[in-house]
Amino acid sequence: MIITATRGLVAAAVLGVSAIAAQAQDFTPENPECIAPANPGGGWDFTCRQVGKSMQDQGLIEKTMQVVNLAGGGGGVAFAEVVNKRADSNDLIVAASSATATRLAQGAYPGNTTDQVRWLASIGADYGVIAVSADSEIETLPQLLDMMKEDPRSVSIAGGSAVGGWDHLKVLIAADAYGIEDVRTVKYVAFDGGGEAVTQLLAGSVQAFTGDASEAKGFVDSGDIKVIAVLSPERLSGDFADFPTAQEQGIDAIGANWRGFYAPGGMSDEAYDAWVSKIADLYASDEWKSIMEANGLAPLDLAGAEFETFVTDSVSEIQDISREIGIIK
Amino acid sequence: MELLANLGDGFAVALTLQNLGLALLGCFLGTIMGALPGLGPSNGVAILIPLAFTMGLGPTPSLILLTSVYYGAMYGGRISSILLGIPGDEPAMMTVLDGHPMAKKGMAGEALSLSGIASFVGAFFATWGLILLAPQLVKIALLFGPAEYFALFALAFATLGGVSSTNQAKSAFAAMLGLGLATIGVDTQTGVPRFTFGEVHLYDGLDFLVAIVGLFALSEVFIFLEHRHGDADADSKKLTVGRLTPPMSMIKACTPTMLRTSVLGFIAGVLPGAGASLGSFISYSMEKKLVDKKGTFGTGDPRGVAAPEAGNNAAAGGALVPMLALGVPGSGTTAVLLAVLLSLNITPGPLLFTQNPDVVWGLIAALFIANIMLLLLNIPMVGLFTRVLMVPPRILMPIVAMVSFVGIYGISGSTFDLLVMIGFGVMGWVLRKLDVPLVPIILGTLLGNTMENNLRRAITIDNGDWFTLVDSPLSITLWAIAIIGFIMPLIVGRALRSRMHRKGEDEGSISD
Repeated sequence: MIITATRGLVAAAVLGVSAIAAQAQDFTPENPECIAPANPGGGWDFTCRQVGKSMQDQGLIEKTMQVVNLAGGGGGVAFAEVVNKRADSNDLIVAASSATATRLAQGAYPGNTTDQVRWLASIGADYGVIAVSADSEIETLPQLLDMMKEDPRSVSIAGGSAVGGWDHLKVLIAADAYGIEDVRTVKYVAFDGGGEAVTQLLAGSVQAFTGDASEAKGFVDSGDIKVIAVLSPERLSGDFADFPTAQEQGIDAIGANWRGFYAPGGMSDEAYDAWVSKIADLYASDEWKSIMEANGLAPLDLAGAEFETFVTDSVSEIQDISREIGIIK
Repeated sequence: MELLANLGDGFAVALTLQNLGLALLGCFLGTIMGALPGLGPSNGVAILIPLAFTMGLGPTPSLILLTSVYYGAMYGGRISSILLGIPGDEPAMMTVLDGHPMAKKGMAGEALSLSGIASFVGAFFATWGLILLAPQLVKIALLFGPAEYFALFALAFATLGGVSSTNQAKSAFAAMLGLGLATIGVDTQTGVPRFTFGEVHLYDGLDFLVAIVGLFALSEVFIFLEHRHGDADADSKKLTVGRLTPPMSMIKACTPTMLRTSVLGFIAGVLPGAGASLGSFISYSMEKKLVDKKGTFGTGDPRGVAAPEAGNNAAAGGALVPMLALGVPGSGTTAVLLAVLLSLNITPGPLLFTQNPDVVWGLIAALFIANIMLLLLNIPMVGLFTRVLMVPPRILMPIVAMVSFVGIYGISGSTFDLLVMIGFGVMGWVLRKLDVPLVPIILGTLLGNTMENNLRRAITIDNGDWFTLVDSPLSITLWAIAIIGFIMPLIVGRALRSRMHRKGEDEGSISD
């Protein structure tokens, strides 16, 4: 603990000096605020708190980032609040993830659209995995998908998000890529969070699990579950390096649960650029690399206009799948 | 022996001056937060997370602070349940049933100290359970598939008639109302919003904290406003604190109850998603079935205070088991603790016990210390707490109203929730006039979603075959208990209930 603290201090001192020097004439938020659109304890809350703390440690912001939990509507309450009441704020950023994009795509934020806010940057991604329990006969993703093709009723897949949510969509992306014609036959069972879904996999209630790499990590380490495919473009590092990607197995499916931020639509260009560069500085730091590693986040470095395009593209991709499975018309 | 050595190491970690101080601070703050209506253990822990981080504490001290807050809040929740008849948090809801009547009978001091002791017993056994059984108990959780969960919740509701003593039809109505309210929001099994009327605030469903504060606290204020010119002030004078310590005979009478409900509560806590509310709920209704031969439960029976308190504190300890051993939180509060662990670079899960023994055993030792501290803090402070009763309602009620509004706004930051809360307040007022018990409504709202989801999961997994619900020995057993628990009181309990009725009549609607 002492060692990390010292290291942190040194890093903060070094980076702090350089950061202040680099951004002396830039916009600096007076009262930096981060809205976590969920209750304490979830991924969005983590995103806000961890980024706020690290930014302050590194001197990227002067004051403590105030984290406001504005839960409700799967992020919709916060989105509406930002669009309707805080549209001009230059000090505000809001945590977002694939779930935000999914809900925007499916029209689950009534009356709100992607272009009402400015998308800042991503801070990493949690790639999807498909896993079975360690003693399962299934060894590869094509094997699982073949079973589903032959008799969709024989395989139940558990995930932590609601039907139509990101965990569900990942399986459908894979099934679609493998040529399963009617993806609506895929039997997906929604649980409250990835942990509960894995527990039911171990209990034998379901045959497969779909979730994020970070959710599966503890169970992979303990040898309880077997990852049959990682939905990433390349193999992940660390503990997950042994697991094949879906692409290696001939299935062109990628599912990244990205984490990032958006800002109010009326934020000035100056402030927008400053926030983008602050997040980019944070992303480049060694401290952030170790935080990413500890939390199972894989690299996904998109900022500014690049990130806007990424979000818009993924929203339209999700819209296509959702239309196919009949969640939206 | 290895166990004791590990525990010894744990105490070595926990017994530093800093950690002891943090435990004391956590216990104190936790008790206060638990006592405030609306602020429960999960908010308490969440509010103090920034404190732990800004103090630059390491993983073990942070955990000690936060779990002390957790245990403290579990203790504190009973205070306003007993004194005001307003549950301080969800798990303390069942304590209202007998705790408040006891206070009205002038036994507030005894109720408070007895519940303190019951909390201690529950938490003490649960901590031992955590030590001895954590690795094994994980397997119990694995026995529970969706079908078994559904049977467990059905059992909880089938025994509901035992909770509300006045009128079974009214309590069934209240439970149905609660289950109906639980369907509001996006349905996770289809992704379709239900009863949201396009209002984004309703997509996540009704927050049961808002419901509790509205139904209990605000309706209390409305009732007071209605009677303002009448007997409200006179009413308060009738309340006397009584002796501050329970007589030995009372403790003796409650001991079997405390032991039984500790075990039951612990098991309820271990099951992911069930949590402390179910723990205290099942504890109370089981004890009522088991020992309430004279129909005194609900009228201020000390055993009715001891049962839910031992049960919910045991469940709090139990909920730590799946959190530490599986990384699956057993309750809302443990979900927050899980997030704290993750941000401290500790990954809970099957390997935690081998990879971070200092954290696990330090935490367990801290739980023992916090528990003893809480008992010592709580018994002498009973006198202080009971002063609250001496405050005349015309001063107390505005405070209750203020705390309700500030508390709910502080949690959600949303004025919409305040409107919902007022709505619940009005509903609570009307229902009290009609003599409909309020507790089953909350239980329905609280457990309805999980119950429904597990039913739908079980059915989906088995391709629409309803017989999956009675497919395992465990679920058959649970169903059998549920059916017996539902039918028995209808046959044997008729005579008892009529006697209960007469006793219950002069207790006012809150004691339902």
